[in-house]
Amino acid sequence: MTADVLLDVRNLKRYFPVRGGLLQRKVATVQAVDDVSFSVRRGETLGIVGESGCGKSTTARLLIQLLAADAGTITFAGQSVGTSGGMDVRELRRQVQMVFQDSYASLNPRCTIEDTIAYGPSVHGVGWEAARHRARDILSRVGLDPAWFAKRYPHELSGGQRQRVNIARALVLEPKLVVLDEPVSALDKSIQAQVLNLLVDLKRNLALTYIFISHDLNVVQYMSDRVLVMYLGKVVEVGPVGSIYSTPRHPYTRALLAAMPSMDPDHRGEQAALTGDPPNPINPPPGCRFHTRCAYAEACCGASEPPLAADAAAGDHRTSCHMLLPGSGHTAAPIVA
Amino acid sequence: MSDPPMPHRPAAASAGAVQPLVLCEGLEVRFVGREGIIHAVNSISFTLAAGEVLCILGESGSGKSVTLRAMMRLLPTHIASITGMVSIAGKNVMALDRRALEDLRGAEVAMIFQEPTSAFDPVFTIGAQIIETLKRHDAISDRGARARALELLEMVQIPSPARRLDNYPHELSGGMAQRAMIALALACRPRLLLADEPTTALDATVQIQILQLLRRLQHDLRMAMLFVTHDVGVAVEVSDRIAVMYAGRFVETGHVRNIIHHPQHPYTRGLLASTVQGAMRGRRLEAIPGSPANLAALPPGCAFAPRCPYVEPACTAAPPPEVWYDDTRMVRCIRAAAR
Repeated sequence: MTADVLLDVRNLKRYFPVRGGLLQRKVATVQAVDDVSFSVRRGETLGIVGESGCGKSTTARLLIQLLAADAGTITFAGQSVGTSGGMDVRELRRQVQMVFQDSYASLNPRCTIEDTIAYGPSVHGVGWEAARHRARDILSRVGLDPAWFAKRYPHELSGGQRQRVNIARALVLEPKLVVLDEPVSALDKSIQAQVLNLLVDLKRNLALTYIFISHDLNVVQYMSDRVLVMYLGKVVEVGPVGSIYSTPRHPYTRALLAAMPSMDPDHRGEQAALTGDPPNPINPPPGCRFHTRCAYAEACCGASEPPLAADAAAGDHRTSCHMLLPGSGHTAAPIVA
Repeated sequence: MSDPPMPHRPAAASAGAVQPLVLCEGLEVRFVGREGIIHAVNSISFTLAAGEVLCILGESGSGKSVTLRAMMRLLPTHIASITGMVSIAGKNVMALDRRALEDLRGAEVAMIFQEPTSAFDPVFTIGAQIIETLKRHDAISDRGARARALELLEMVQIPSPARRLDNYPHELSGGMAQRAMIALALACRPRLLLADEPTTALDATVQIQILQLLRRLQHDLRMAMLFVTHDVGVAVEVSDRIAVMYAGRFVETGHVRNIIHHPQHPYTRGLLASTVQGAMRGRRLEAIPGSPANLAALPPGCAFAPRCPYVEPACTAAPPPEVWYDDTRMVRCIRAAAR
């Protein structure tokens, strides 16, 4: 593994049973995250996009072990996580912190802002006075005056202020990696811009690495260096932000980008690229999971699953599609030499 | 913009002019609560012609949804006081008795919401609910109503519509339920559709389908639409005109092109500048400082003054007047008045 890889995830898998009937037997399986591999380099922002049910939030929860993976390995800063001789979960959670979408639900309503932020360091062995000092220090870094906010309760704050508190709580442990799960989706546009500016500043000043999860393609393009596109528990495409947005190779990524409202009244969308809703993640279609909605699907697409592979022209840009796979049997696939 | 601004709205009904479908004059909504009086909607006036789409664009708490509900008199009367005049299809909505109001709702005016499953009754099938609406407003047989319901589901492009008529709301996916709600709303061919963030809860690939469906139906049925959203991109996709709302007031109105390409009010400019677009990558976002106005304690002057980069003493003294550039373009800012 190269030295600049901070986090490496291999073949991560998590299925949820769906129980029903009188005896609560397992009647179906949600393949929430199925064989997902990616890596995050030190200092970069990896954006994860996809629609609801694609597994992006489950992936985030697996990373910090809020959920246990059914299979797969996680390697952080060169140490494997959760195995004997590797990094333990407690240490992982000091170095990897998370910010959630719902700023209110992620704060304890009975704790003051200062206590909420100081709790983390005190669990990790910092004395209470020192922890409170650090809490006040980090509050001013996220743009909240500690003299005013330290003794407030979550209900006294606006949504934007609460999200700043959540960011402060994540940063007080001086993590290396911050997983941001839809951190600005619940905020008004004018407040969203404030929080995004803050995240950019903090990343630069504190030398952080981000995983930025969002359904908003504009925000992901603005924030990310590389982008990973998920569909029904699978990675369909990953690559540098410029090449994903300028030359998307997977039909799903193209459809997703085409679905963005235009912002130009003279160039409104005429025909939606996709019809219908995303399929139910319970018992997803065999083969390529996108083939049921794909305009280019052929017999091979339903028969076998295309691997996530780099094709000759793409370099760092990898796509999981039979059309780009030599010898896949798809009529658009390159001919094997 | 070459014409000199006018201090007042141009004379609305000149001789021989057609009466607009919707005429709203000085609409105000106050909620009386424990924290005092909430000034949710503060003197809103607009007109909407038949077949026209006006989008109310604003952030949470700006009063855009309350405006729609006030127009349909859907707000609970014991806490909401509504003043002003709303006329739809020549009827004075505020003066209608209960029976006449029920005749208006569903037949002349219909409404769609963000959450389709809460607009349906969970214990009746989609078909039964559409048929009930049809029979309430039109003299139509059971067989005729069912045929019409099927036609409606086809119109909103629900796959295998005959089977879907007998589905319960929970059996439909999000996009499908939204289409069914549109079918229900359009059952009696309303002349005005009120849409309250109908695509906000949907995934991106479904949202664009619903927006294009609404645009096509609105055009084909020559239906006027009042569309409420917080999303500039959505507003651009559907509207002819946009009204930007802040703290219960329209701060700027105009044709969609003018609003997007030549925003005048500092709030509109701030809102557009802080709406993230991919092309802004690497540049710092021009965020609007501060938080949205508190509707329980509005300042005496311009409500945007505490966040405005161009604030001057006159802004905080009294609310700025509406400055009209032409029949549709209005900016409520003393800087516009001075130009």
